[in-house]
Amino acid sequence: MSKVMEHHGVVIVGGGPAGLAAAIAAYEAGQHDVLVLERDVQLGGILNQCIHNGFGLHTFKEELTGPEYAARFIQKAQELDIACRLGTMVLDISPERVVTTVSAADGIRTIAADAVVLAMGCRERPRGALATPGYRPAGVYSAGTAQRLVNIEGQMPGREVVILGSGDIGLIMARRMTLEGAHVVCVAEVMPYSGGLKRNIVQCLDDFGIPLLLSHTVVDVEGKDRVEAVSIAEVDERMRPIPGTEVRYPCDTLMLSVGLLPENELSRAAGVELSPVTRGPIVDQSLQTSIPGVFACGNVLHVHDLVDFVSQEAAEAGAQAAHFSMAKDAQDGAAERGVPVVATDGVRYTVPSFVDPQKMADKLTVRFRVANEYCDRYVSVYYDDERVQHRKKRVMAPGEMEQVVLKREDLLAREGLAQITVKLEEE
Amino acid sequence: MYDVVIVGAGVSGCAIARELARYDCSVCVVEREEDVCCGTSKANSAIVHAGFDADPGSLMAKLNVEGNRLMYEWAKELNFAVLPIGSLVVCVSEADMAGLEMLYKRGVMNGVPDLRIIDRKELLELEPNVSDTAVAALWAPTGGIVDPFGLTVALAENAAANGVEFRFNAPVSDVRRIDGGFEVVAGDERIAARAVVNAAGVYADELHNCFAGLAGAPDAGQDIPTVSAEPLRIVPRKGEYYLLDTTAGQHVRHTVFMLPTSMGKGVLVSPTVHGNLIVGPTAKDVESKEATNTTAQGLAEVVSKCSLTVKDVPLREVITTFAGLRAHQEKHDFVIGEMEGAPGLFDCAAIESPGLTSAPAIGVMVSGMVARRLQLSHKPEGAFDPTRPGVVNLMATSFDEWDQLCRENPQYGNIICRCCRVSEAQIVDAIHRKPQATSLDAIKRRTSATMGRCQGGFCTPKIMEIIERELGVSADQITKRGPGSELVVGTNKDRITQPAASLKGGEEL
Repeated sequence: MSKVMEHHGVVIVGGGPAGLAAAIAAYEAGQHDVLVLERDVQLGGILNQCIHNGFGLHTFKEELTGPEYAARFIQKAQELDIACRLGTMVLDISPERVVTTVSAADGIRTIAADAVVLAMGCRERPRGALATPGYRPAGVYSAGTAQRLVNIEGQMPGREVVILGSGDIGLIMARRMTLEGAHVVCVAEVMPYSGGLKRNIVQCLDDFGIPLLLSHTVVDVEGKDRVEAVSIAEVDERMRPIPGTEVRYPCDTLMLSVGLLPENELSRAAGVELSPVTRGPIVDQSLQTSIPGVFACGNVLHVHDLVDFVSQEAAEAGAQAAHFSMAKDAQDGAAERGVPVVATDGVRYTVPSFVDPQKMADKLTVRFRVANEYCDRYVSVYYDDERVQHRKKRVMAPGEMEQVVLKREDLLAREGLAQITVKLEEE
Repeated sequence: MYDVVIVGAGVSGCAIARELARYDCSVCVVEREEDVCCGTSKANSAIVHAGFDADPGSLMAKLNVEGNRLMYEWAKELNFAVLPIGSLVVCVSEADMAGLEMLYKRGVMNGVPDLRIIDRKELLELEPNVSDTAVAALWAPTGGIVDPFGLTVALAENAAANGVEFRFNAPVSDVRRIDGGFEVVAGDERIAARAVVNAAGVYADELHNCFAGLAGAPDAGQDIPTVSAEPLRIVPRKGEYYLLDTTAGQHVRHTVFMLPTSMGKGVLVSPTVHGNLIVGPTAKDVESKEATNTTAQGLAEVVSKCSLTVKDVPLREVITTFAGLRAHQEKHDFVIGEMEGAPGLFDCAAIESPGLTSAPAIGVMVSGMVARRLQLSHKPEGAFDPTRPGVVNLMATSFDEWDQLCRENPQYGNIICRCCRVSEAQIVDAIHRKPQATSLDAIKRRTSATMGRCQGGFCTPKIMEIIERELGVSADQITKRGPGSELVVGTNKDRITQPAASLKGGEEL
C-alpha cells in the first residue's frame, strides 16, 4: 500500500450511465481532477448488455441501443481525458471521503476525495428473496443474469421459459429469448398491474403473443437438477395464492424480474442515511447525502425507468460534487437539510427529500413514483397548506417515474416555509 | 484391491476417510453425487451441539460430546470455520421450567461442561432480542456454529492429501462377496475392498439391507461393536429453513433453541459462520429421499415458530430458503458398528442431528473399528500430515494483508462475487484443490461465491468463464451440481433453421 495517499477532486464510484454522466458534468462544471472507479473491465455498466433499442429518446432524440447510448458518454469522457480506473472495486468509503479500492493491477489503494459521487447502480432481487417453494435447480435465473448470458456470452439459458415478474428486464428478455429461438410460455405478475413500461408490454409481449398473467405467481418449482416445470397460481387481493388455481407449466427455465434494489452496501457502511422506501440515500436539492461531500445519482439513489433520467440526474449530482470540491469552505459546514418534501396519498417517495431554497437552482426537478395504477388523477404540490400545482394525468403506474418542477423564486417568496407536499388527488 | 471402500462422501464418510488415512492402508471413497457434501451434510442447521439433547448412555450422547470437543481442535489443524458462540435453550413458560431442569441434568450426565440455567435478566443481557415470553434458558457455552461445507471439504482434502482416493458420480448399486473381501458396484465400476463402510446418509438403509444379505451366523465374543443384521429403515425427515442476509446476522448472538413444550417443538434462530441468520428447521417425515424441495406449509411454519423465542426476526431479509433431509431412524440413535455375521462390513447409519457435531468422533470410532478388523498399523511417524492449508477469506482479511496477497497473486485483486467478497484467486484455488470443485455449487461451498444477497446474479457468468478456462470445458458442460444440471443449453439461435413467420416485414400480428 502506498504511503502517500492519492488525492482527487471528485471520485465517482461506478462507470455506468450515472457515473459517466456525473463525471462529464463534474468536469464541465470546472473540476478537472475527476476519477471514475469501475469494477468491470469496461465502462458503460449494465447498458452493455442492453442491446435492444429505445435508449436516448429524451437525451438525443433518437433511438439508440444500450451500448450505443453508453458509447456517447464514454467517448465524451475520453475526449475530456477523464481518468477511469477499470477492474477496480471500491471496498470502503469513509465519512471523511477516503475511498479504498482493490484491483488486480494495483492491489489495495486508498484515495482521498474532496467529493464523492455514489453511482453503483442496483441489483436484481433474487428468487430466494421471494421464498418461492420448490427445488433449487439449474435454470432459475434473474432476468439480468440471463440477459448477460445471452447478449454478452451468446449462451442460451434455456428453451422453454416461464418468466415471473413483469419488470422491464423481464419483458425485454421475453422478446430476446423468443428472437433467439426459445419459447416463452408466459409472464406471471403477482401485482394486478405490470411493474414495467407500457411500451415494453406492447413491444415485447403483445407483439409476440406472450400472455401476461396479472395477479399470478409461481408456487412451486420442480426438477432437482434442472427446472422441469413450475406451477403458477392466481393470488387474492393480499397476494396470497388461491388454492385450486394452480396450473403446471412444463419448462426448463424460470426467469425472474421481480424488482431491483439499489446497491447501497458501501453507502450503508459509510454511514449514509438511507430511505426505507427507495432503499437509496436520502438526498437534498443538490443530491447530497447525509454525509457532506457525498452525492448520489442513478439507480443507487432510486431505481429509474429510463436511462435518460439517470443521465439528467447524474449530471446534476456531478456538477454539485464539482462545486463542493472547489468550494473548500463549504466542506466544514454541517449539512443543513432545508425544507422537507413529503410524499403522501399515492406518491411513494420523492427525490430529493429536502430542498433548501437558498441553495437550489432556478428550477428543481423532483422525481417520484406512484403506489398504484391510477386513472385521471391530479398531481398536486402544496407549499405548507397552499396548493401551488395541480396537474391532471390520464394514467399513472408504478412502473413509470413521474416528476414535478419546483421554482426557486416561488420558494423564496414563501418565508418560513415548513413543508412541501407532493400527492395525488382525485379532483 | 483397496483395504477400505467408504460409501458416501458426506461429513461422516469424509471424517472416517481422514481418520483411516492415519493407518497404513488404501482407502477409496465412492460418492453418488459430483462432489463431497451434497446430501444431509450440506443442508442442516450448521450447529456444533453442546450435547445435552441425547439420552444419557446413547451413542449419540457419547459421540456428540466427544465430537464437540474434537471439532474445536480439528478446526485448528484443518482450517475450517467454527465459532464457539454458545447456545441457549429458551424456556417460554414457567410451567415448563421442570423440562429445562431435566435438560440441564441430562446434559450434566452426558458430560457437557459449564452448563447453567440462567434467569430472564441474565438471558436478556446475553440475548437482547429474546422474546418477551422467555422466562429462563439453559446456557451452554460449548455450543457453537460451524461451516458444514468447510468442515466436510477440509476433511476430504486432508484425506486426499494423505492418499485417500475419491470417485464421484458413482452411485453404489450392489455389494458382493469376492475372494478376500467384497466387490462394490459403483456406477460402471466394480471396486474391490477388504472392508466396506456404509456412510450413505438417507440411503444407508438400502446399503445396510444389502450388507445384511451377505451376513452369516454371528461370531461370538469379538471386541468390535456390532450392529444387527435386522432390516434397517431410514425415514427422510425434512427440515426447511430460511436463510437471512448478513444485514440480519447480528439479530441474535448465540444459537437460540426453544425448549420443546406441550405446544410442540420450536425452531432455532442462529447466526452462521458466514454472517447470515439461519431460522429453522421444520421436521416432517417424507416419502422420497430426494425431496429437498421447500414447501409453502413448511416455510410458513418456520415463519410462525421463530417468534416464539426471538422477537422481530427480520424475515424480509431472506436471501434463500432450503430444505435438508435428516436420516431418521425409529430408535433415534446412531447405528454404528460391524454387521453381525459379516466381518468387514461396517455401518455408519442413521446419522441425524447431532451428526454434524459428532462427525469427528464418528471418524475416530469407525476408523478404529476398521483398523482392528483389518489389523491395520499406524503410518510411520510423520507420514500422516494432519494439517490442511486453509482457504483465504477476504471478509476476514485486513487491507494490508489483502494488498500483500495481491502482490503475490494479482487474481486476489479481481473480485468475482461482490456480495461475499470472493476473488478470482479463491475460485481458481477451489477448482484445483483435491478433490476438485468443478460445478457452481461445489465452488460455492468452498468459497461462498454466489451465497450472498444477489444469489449469484452477477457472478454466475463470471464463475462460468473461470471454470471454462481452468478446466478447458465449454459453457454447456458447466453444471450447477453435476450432470443433468447444466447451466446453459446451447448457443443463441442454434435451433432456428428458418426465419420465424412472425418476423416477416409489415405483417399484422
